[in-house]
Amino acid sequence: MATTLSSQTIRSVDVDPKAEAAVQMIDVHKWYGEFHVLRDINLNVRRGERIVICGPSGSGKSTMIRCINRLEEHQKGRIIVDGTELTNDLKRIDEVRRDVGMVFQHFNLFPHLTILENCTLAPIWVKKMPKKEAEEIAMHYLKRVKIPEQANKYPGQLSGGQQQRVAIARSLCMSPKIMLFDEPTSALDPEMVKEVLDTMVGLADEGMTMLCVTHEMGFARQVADRVIFMDYGQIVEMNTPDEFFRNPQHERTKLFLSQILH
Amino acid sequence: MSTAVDIPRFVRAKQVEALPPPNLARGPIAWVRENLFSGPFNTILTLVVFYLLYVAVPPLVRFLFIDAVWTGTDRAACRADTGGSETGACWAFIWDKINYFIYGSYTVSERWRVDIFFALLAIGVAWLLWLRAPRRDLGAVYFFWIFPVVSYVLLTGGNADLGLRFWIGFAIFGALVIALFAFFAALLKTAMRPALIMGGGIVAVIGITLAVVDVDFGLAHVPTSLWGGILVTLLVATVGIVVSLPFGILLALGRRSKLPIVRMASVIFIEFVRGVPLITVLIMANTMLPLFLPGDMTVDRLLRPLIGTALFASAYMAEVVRGGLQAMPKGQYEGAMSLGLNYPQMMTLIILPQALRIVIPGIVNTFIGLFKDTSLVAIVGIFDLVKTIEASRIDPNWAAPTIGITGYAFAALFYFIFCFGMSRYSLGVERRLAAGQKR
Repeated sequence: MATTLSSQTIRSVDVDPKAEAAVQMIDVHKWYGEFHVLRDINLNVRRGERIVICGPSGSGKSTMIRCINRLEEHQKGRIIVDGTELTNDLKRIDEVRRDVGMVFQHFNLFPHLTILENCTLAPIWVKKMPKKEAEEIAMHYLKRVKIPEQANKYPGQLSGGQQQRVAIARSLCMSPKIMLFDEPTSALDPEMVKEVLDTMVGLADEGMTMLCVTHEMGFARQVADRVIFMDYGQIVEMNTPDEFFRNPQHERTKLFLSQILH
Repeated sequence: MSTAVDIPRFVRAKQVEALPPPNLARGPIAWVRENLFSGPFNTILTLVVFYLLYVAVPPLVRFLFIDAVWTGTDRAACRADTGGSETGACWAFIWDKINYFIYGSYTVSERWRVDIFFALLAIGVAWLLWLRAPRRDLGAVYFFWIFPVVSYVLLTGGNADLGLRFWIGFAIFGALVIALFAFFAALLKTAMRPALIMGGGIVAVIGITLAVVDVDFGLAHVPTSLWGGILVTLLVATVGIVVSLPFGILLALGRRSKLPIVRMASVIFIEFVRGVPLITVLIMANTMLPLFLPGDMTVDRLLRPLIGTALFASAYMAEVVRGGLQAMPKGQYEGAMSLGLNYPQMMTLIILPQALRIVIPGIVNTFIGLFKDTSLVAIVGIFDLVKTIEASRIDPNWAAPTIGITGYAFAALFYFIFCFGMSRYSLGVERRLAAGQKR
């Protein structure tokens, strides 16, 4: 009893009073050994906001969003996710991960489990949901990503696009408040990019808070509230997609856009 | 339907249907040509192998079966000077000594207990290894708890007579364990109830085990010095296999742990055990273990090599499992973590099932090695199968030229059946586990 009370009080202190913030990153720095990968990251993501992050490879985009669910540890600054500050406290990390879904470039489905088992695993073991209920929810989300008929197959039997949609459904089964996408279409065959992007657009339309590392500029134009451009571990430019693409300010941004928009 | 290649424009009008392959590629003659005589080198190899088979197989068949002596009560049947046959195996000798090979010197009137042990072992192994068996979770409880306790009582006679002082000590120990669990629950800020249930469960399991061992079932005591033969071989192998897999997994996880003390302890244990021959481990377990224990405490002579082989196999198992863990892509860990699974869940549900599947060949290799290494316990005076054969071989009643070879042929057959069985089973499991996941 005493333990739950104390953790409650800590939480309430951490809640930022001034903002409806889903994610707050304040003066975040990170090093890999001597290498300074994230420098002075300040970012405030409102609930329901859709953010697209782009930048050259090695600029720290993935590292930044991976800090949000603590797949990477930041060494300086504060990260507050949905009112919970990320520290070394394992309990809080688990709490944050329960609320933050993540979709990876290489899907990271579990190859030894069927599609349905992939989707029900976390609800059953993390949320202690009864198996039947978890399966109903899983089927609901598999229908939403339009592959309910694949439920009893193994990931290896599906195409890349289907696998990525399963990965999205798997995250959604935990009913996350925030979704992170780490280059979700980069490993896909060209013919399969659209089906995944359509799923993501659908999610965005429902008001999910999304942080998405991607180079799909069409997607950015269509759904993003803000586009962030990163280079050398820093946020170089941040603007609404309209302004960002029409009128980039920083030299580096102009160069980058001229390289990718042809 | 043919399409010229030099035309500049082409639009396919009709889909090409799938056709069966041409006949030349199939049939037994094609198979022989492709697999046995596909080139000069392969042809020579095939002929050499055929010649070696011709040289080796017929004499072996003649010795083991055609010229073999199947019946007889003493050496007369297997000696030429008394009218017997000397050119074939003397199976009559094996038949005469079979009880000694199976039970060693185990009290004759109590040997039914060993038979029950064999039957229980077979049930447990079948229950666990048959992948479609019903209630395999109960099978695990049976194999890892009920079966060992029952076997202990059956084989030794039970009735450990622990005494009141021991039970008072156990009560204190139990209270301490539960308190420890509660303490860790408070330390890690997790719920108290499951921790108390877990601690209580562990104490209860140990308590029930000890109580069963303590009860007098009226079975005569059979000291382990009388045990021998296949009984001991299977016992040492089973204990070694059952202990080495979980212990090896723990060591492998420990070696990859981020906590320096856990890692160091695992590395030191693994490298020390791997750096020492099994014979040394056995001799140390036999002669040095008693030196480290308090004076009034003795460890059974059979238990010492049992612990020795189990620890030895664990170190090897740990390295095999570590190989599997290292083959796991980082994405699997990240996928599991991003869903909020904690470390034990991630390991037991995601990482270990896949990692262990990768290293099934290595695991079975270690099991087979361990099974054959059990014959080394003879070095510390335990009468395993090979040792009982050694002892019978010099029996003057059976003094005949082919006795030694026959004995070892029997041992070879015994070890081959078990090792080949393990090997085939693992292949079957690999195929089955891979079936659903093929790309």
